[in-house]
Amino acid sequence: MATTTTAPAYTMPRDHYLNSSYGIRSWLLTTDHKRIAWLYLAGVTFFFTLGGIFAAMIRIHLLVPNGLLVSPETYNKLFTMHGVAMIFFFLIPSIPAVLGNFLIPLMIGAKDVAFPKLNLLSWYVYITGGCFVLYAFATGGLDTGWTFYTPLSSVYSNSAVAPAVIGIFINGFSSILTGINFAVTIHTMRAPGMTWFRLPLFIWAHYATSIIFILGTPVIAITLLLVALERVFHLGFFNPALGGDPILFQHLFWFYSHPAVYIMILPAMGVISEIIPTFARKPIFGYTFIAASSISIAVIGFFVWAHHMFLTGESTYAALAFSLLSYLVAIPSAVKVFNWTATLYKGSISYDTPMLYALGFIGLFLIGGLTGLFLACLGLDINIHDTYFVIAHFHYIMVGGAIMGYLGGLHFWWPKITGKLYPEFLARVAAITLFVGFNLTFGPQFLLGLMGMPRRYHNYPPEFQVLNVLSTAGASILAIGYLLPMVYFTWSVRYGKVAGPNPWPATGLEWSTDSPPPAENFDVTPVVDWEPYDYKNRADLGLGTSVAPLAPAHGDD
Amino acid sequence: MPSQLPIYPDQASNFAPQVDTLMTFMILVSAFFTVAITAAVIFFFFKYRRKSENEIGVPIHGDMRLELTWIVIPLILSMVMFGWGAVVYVDFRHPPQDALDIYVVGKQWMWKIQQPNGRREINELHVPVGRDIKLILASEDVIHDFYVPAFRVKMDVVPGRYNTMWFRPTEPGRYHFFCSQYCGTNHAQMGGWVTVMEPADYAAWLSSSMETETDPILAGEKLFSEKSCSMCHLADGTGRGPSLNGIYNGSVRLADGSTVRADDAYIRESMLLPNAKIVAGFLPIMPSYQGQLTEDEILSLTTYIRSLQSQPVPAKGAGVIPAGKK
Repeated sequence: MATTTTAPAYTMPRDHYLNSSYGIRSWLLTTDHKRIAWLYLAGVTFFFTLGGIFAAMIRIHLLVPNGLLVSPETYNKLFTMHGVAMIFFFLIPSIPAVLGNFLIPLMIGAKDVAFPKLNLLSWYVYITGGCFVLYAFATGGLDTGWTFYTPLSSVYSNSAVAPAVIGIFINGFSSILTGINFAVTIHTMRAPGMTWFRLPLFIWAHYATSIIFILGTPVIAITLLLVALERVFHLGFFNPALGGDPILFQHLFWFYSHPAVYIMILPAMGVISEIIPTFARKPIFGYTFIAASSISIAVIGFFVWAHHMFLTGESTYAALAFSLLSYLVAIPSAVKVFNWTATLYKGSISYDTPMLYALGFIGLFLIGGLTGLFLACLGLDINIHDTYFVIAHFHYIMVGGAIMGYLGGLHFWWPKITGKLYPEFLARVAAITLFVGFNLTFGPQFLLGLMGMPRRYHNYPPEFQVLNVLSTAGASILAIGYLLPMVYFTWSVRYGKVAGPNPWPATGLEWSTDSPPPAENFDVTPVVDWEPYDYKNRADLGLGTSVAPLAPAHGDD
Repeated sequence: MPSQLPIYPDQASNFAPQVDTLMTFMILVSAFFTVAITAAVIFFFFKYRRKSENEIGVPIHGDMRLELTWIVIPLILSMVMFGWGAVVYVDFRHPPQDALDIYVVGKQWMWKIQQPNGRREINELHVPVGRDIKLILASEDVIHDFYVPAFRVKMDVVPGRYNTMWFRPTEPGRYHFFCSQYCGTNHAQMGGWVTVMEPADYAAWLSSSMETETDPILAGEKLFSEKSCSMCHLADGTGRGPSLNGIYNGSVRLADGSTVRADDAYIRESMLLPNAKIVAGFLPIMPSYQGQLTEDEILSLTTYIRSLQSQPVPAKGAGVIPAGKK
């Protein structure tokens, strides 16, 4: 383990999970949760890049009112495939399957997840589902919108709906397996002394996410299967001409897909709850409130789905109930934001890259969350529903929230995952570029929505052009912000400075083992006798009253 | 022309000022919290920045009073937002009784509109200023949505059912309407213009020549015999089905003893699902017309039935309850 007498003289540990075995089989047949995290990292990065290319084409097309690039059919396929790739194959698995897979056993002091083979299986299921969807993209594309509203998807669309929904159906089992694995791991495999209220908040967030994975995913799976059955065998579930009800589809779809929003944002909140106390070097403010808010978001989140349907003709009483419940689910999110802010008070705050992402997250999530209140408001939804206001709102949550959380987490744990440091200055530049580019891309879309521009339009009246051009300009800055980390992360794996076991330093169990960790995570099973995020009583970190100076995290090279 | 950056489009209906006032309230509350939290984050960020490499923060684990404060205050504010929004929405979902009924049929990718006197238009909607307008919305194929930004209202147009929306135009002029529920390839083209006219101009426009369009009452009458409706629904009440004279918007007594208002949705349901509600004194023998009538044809038949409103109601064999008798 690290000695702190000589400054940055760390060397890579002799044996670790990355060099414990070699060859393609050692990766594709691995049951090591840390290597499975790498497999997922490859998968989600591929789909993120694909979805990003679709997004870039959308933004270029919308530079002029009549559309610059593609035909209406192609435009409709672009936004549909952008949504499907990003939501089902990037956002939902990103933090849980990459960071969660890598970190949950390490954070609770376990050797692996509860079911390592199931863990590998869930990656193969994910890849199989992904292949079906790629097949659909390549043979006819998909033009239903990622929401697959019937009877457009089940009867009228001429695109490859059946392989796509079967792909998403298959992919759902990957989520379910991951959810079961995480929930059982967190219940049964905690190290001695790791009580529920000593768990990192990242674990609480993933526990809540696992509940949604297990309870919600079967509903979307069966719903999309019904769409395929109606499309292929003409069974009348949703098509009114066959006695079906198109609105029933929306109930079933949103019963999963609204909680799925919390699948995307809860793990990001877990990341932020780790970063802020680490870089403020103090315990998080209101630990129990943040933990409880994750659980209440997961539970209440199951009872708000019909707020997507205020204008379908649903009964006024249903609309009132779902609006009220939607306001209730906003409260635990607000509690988190207040507690994160309060954690900064009297901290010892540093400007390291993960902290920049965390603070950016607070700002963007704040705007995303508050504009959610606008859409939950019945009297405003009659105006802004299905306009660009909605697009801006959920990109603030999913890009500003979930992706900022994912990137913040990658920067925070990259030294643990690879044992190497990335170039800190470049990383800060990328974080700021992303923040600016993001706001420039999606900020104007709020105004477009207020002016009445509907979503999913391949052309638009000229009065909307100025804001569309601004948005496209922002997207080009945003693209640079995404490319930079891809480049310097890859660079750092080979050329980065050796990180040492705990460069920040942070208090979690994962930082008490080597970077990269050994294949079995810990040489001896750790025993936890400290409270989470406690810097005051941790002489081993070498901070505070302790005299031994610690090596700087970065040489600012 | 598109030189300035307006935040709000024109306000042209009774709902527009209500929605905009509510929007302003929400923006103010949100701006307050955004500014307050951002200011706190920035202030703490600089005030408590790390001064020496080994410095740690002051351990503060929480404060119950603060937690309760930032639970209760947002809760109260959000209940105000909920209540205020609910008032506007409930008003929007309940059209006034004496509104002017206009039928709107959406199909990939156009809007067909029928005025109360039967005059038809495509992708154009003419309405008088200051009058409550109720749109009865139907779809021939997929889900559409009728959205007028200047009126601040929209409603989904769902196949297999009628939805309704209403508004009262307050400013003469021409305003965009859009389809705002994604409906396939030419979704973005599925729009048009609402023309709000002075009542006298509207009346003149309405009675101006119908050009080559067919009168939907005549079309409905023709369908009424073609589809064999006339075989059973005899006007004098002696048929196997109830006479339809005077039935439109009247009260109908059903076999189970309840009564129902014969509005557009009831008449539509009676064609497609005739056994859903059986008129008292009649047998459930009518076949379903599900899949045999387009929305357009249902509309023509309804318009014809509506034109029978003033016909004499037979003493016997009519479903309709005579006025004055409960």
